Amino acid sequence: MKKRLLDIAHGRSGDKGDAANVGIIAYDDKGYEIIKKQLTKERVKEHFKGICLGEVERYELPNIRALNFILNNTLGGGGTVSLKHDAQGKTLAAALLRMEVDE
Amino acid sequence: MKDKIRIASGQGFWGDLIDAPYNQVTKGEVDYLVMDYLAEVTMSILQKQKMRNPTLGYARDLPDLMKRILPVCIEKGIKVITNGGGVNPVACADAILDIAMNLQIKKLDIAVVIGDDIRSNIDEIIFSGCELKNMDTGESIVPYKSKLVSANVYFGALPIVEALQRGADIVITGRTTDTGLTLAPMIYEFGWDKNNYDLMAAGTVAGHILECGAQSSGGNFLGDWKSIDNMAEIGFPIAEAYPNGDVIITKHKNTGGRVSFETVAEQLVYEIGDPTSYITPDCVADFTSIKLEDLGNDRVRVYNVKGKEATDSYKVSCSYADGYSAVASLTYSWPDALTKAKAADKILRQRLANLNLKFDEIRTEFVGYNSTHGPLATEIDEDKINEIMLRIAVRSKDHDSLKRFGMEIAPLILTGPPSVTGFAGGRPRPNEVIAYWPALIPKKLVEPQVKILELK
Repeated sequence: MKKRLLDIAHGRSGDKGDAANVGIIAYDDKGYEIIKKQLTKERVKEHFKGICLGEVERYELPNIRALNFILNNTLGGGGTVSLKHDAQGKTLAAALLRMEVDE
Repeated sequence: MKDKIRIASGQGFWGDLIDAPYNQVTKGEVDYLVMDYLAEVTMSILQKQKMRNPTLGYARDLPDLMKRILPVCIEKGIKVITNGGGVNPVACADAILDIAMNLQIKKLDIAVVIGDDIRSNIDEIIFSGCELKNMDTGESIVPYKSKLVSANVYFGALPIVEALQRGADIVITGRTTDTGLTLAPMIYEFGWDKNNYDLMAAGTVAGHILECGAQSSGGNFLGDWKSIDNMAEIGFPIAEAYPNGDVIITKHKNTGGRVSFETVAEQLVYEIGDPTSYITPDCVADFTSIKLEDLGNDRVRVYNVKGKEATDSYKVSCSYADGYSAVASLTYSWPDALTKAKAADKILRQRLANLNLKFDEIRTEFVGYNSTHGPLATEIDEDKINEIMLRIAVRSKDHDSLKRFGMEIAPLILTGPPSVTGFAGGRPRPNEVIAYWPALIPKKLVEPQVKILELK
């Protein structure tokens, strides 16, 4: 069955220069198994097509049921250089929670 | 030695809730108040203020705040640690001493931590072989040297520890890591060995949880945010630290917000890179070792934190002037709001092109449709959209091009698509763009200094 990531996880995003960090946290162990398996680097890169123009880095934090993604070349130059309305990538965690996952 | 200390977060950034520090020192027991004021761009703003007036260059909210909280802090023995000294910690301390005198306070020792500002000796540093290469691009700083607005080293907890050991009631620093502000009182109170990297990491993680204020106590919470109680009176986080490195994150009773596994976990993943290597001047903390236990009643235990030896360099944050930008917006109403906004954008772009203006970038976003999630925004039924705000931002090295851009916005109202409003406040003005240059510097090339200023 398909589910929105929003229903099994939450998270927070922010800026690191021109890169954005997106941390995604599953609400329970079952959810963590799903995100660990399905939120691959490739899938996240594809999801952010047109937003993330660089490489995606992926890290696991099993201790808090979380994954951390670094989206390189994403914030239009970052800091005060960026012309983006969301120059700090604050809304990108919510953007990732749009993704559909298989349960 | 105390069996525990309570460290309260008072500000997550310069511009955070004005009353938060006052509430932290009055609504319950705390031993330390820590306040982070500095973002990357803040240093360059402060540097410009100092160039105009040598007695400025620090967070100007700070003296007003101290006027309010100093009597309480002295009565209760609460020490204040902040990096709000910006590029002029001594002037900041002087301003606070003046306030203390006016309040007829008898005894007050303020420590300042300086030595982080390397702008004036950048030539020596380059001469010694350190080119302050950009951490992202690898480029040498040499060609940018003349454009530098600010250059500051991030110091860690140790200079603050020295200040506390020398009896400071208040510690005002320049560029210090947010995490160092919280770690320092733990090292000082519990006599921690700076080479015990697990303890350094434990205090660093507590600092990371506190550094963005209420972001760990229910603010900006992407989980079930609707169930967060009384955000209007949100309580800022408090780290209750123990000598063995255990920390309980909590907040004062009878405040709003929430401290739970979820709210703390969200802050843990905020603005981190590789979680196994969270690098600070004090240690390299492993965020994958952290254990969280939700104890209920707004108490979360943070324990089992592991760390490794610190690296032999400090991070440096430089900024330089890099042209100008301007932002304009207009709001279009139903019917066909999005179509109108798109048409206006096209007209404006053609006019700008006809004028042969020079821009490095022109960016259009439609607020109400795709300004946050870009291509991920779902298609919308035009008839159901009430309004769309057209937002156009431009960047250029050429000030005149930006000035002319500002003159081309209002005319769209009478020479473009209908039912448009929202043009108030005059023409958009060019703002100076301050670009940020992250680099590393060997620790041996810089020396933090601690000075104590006493009330006379």
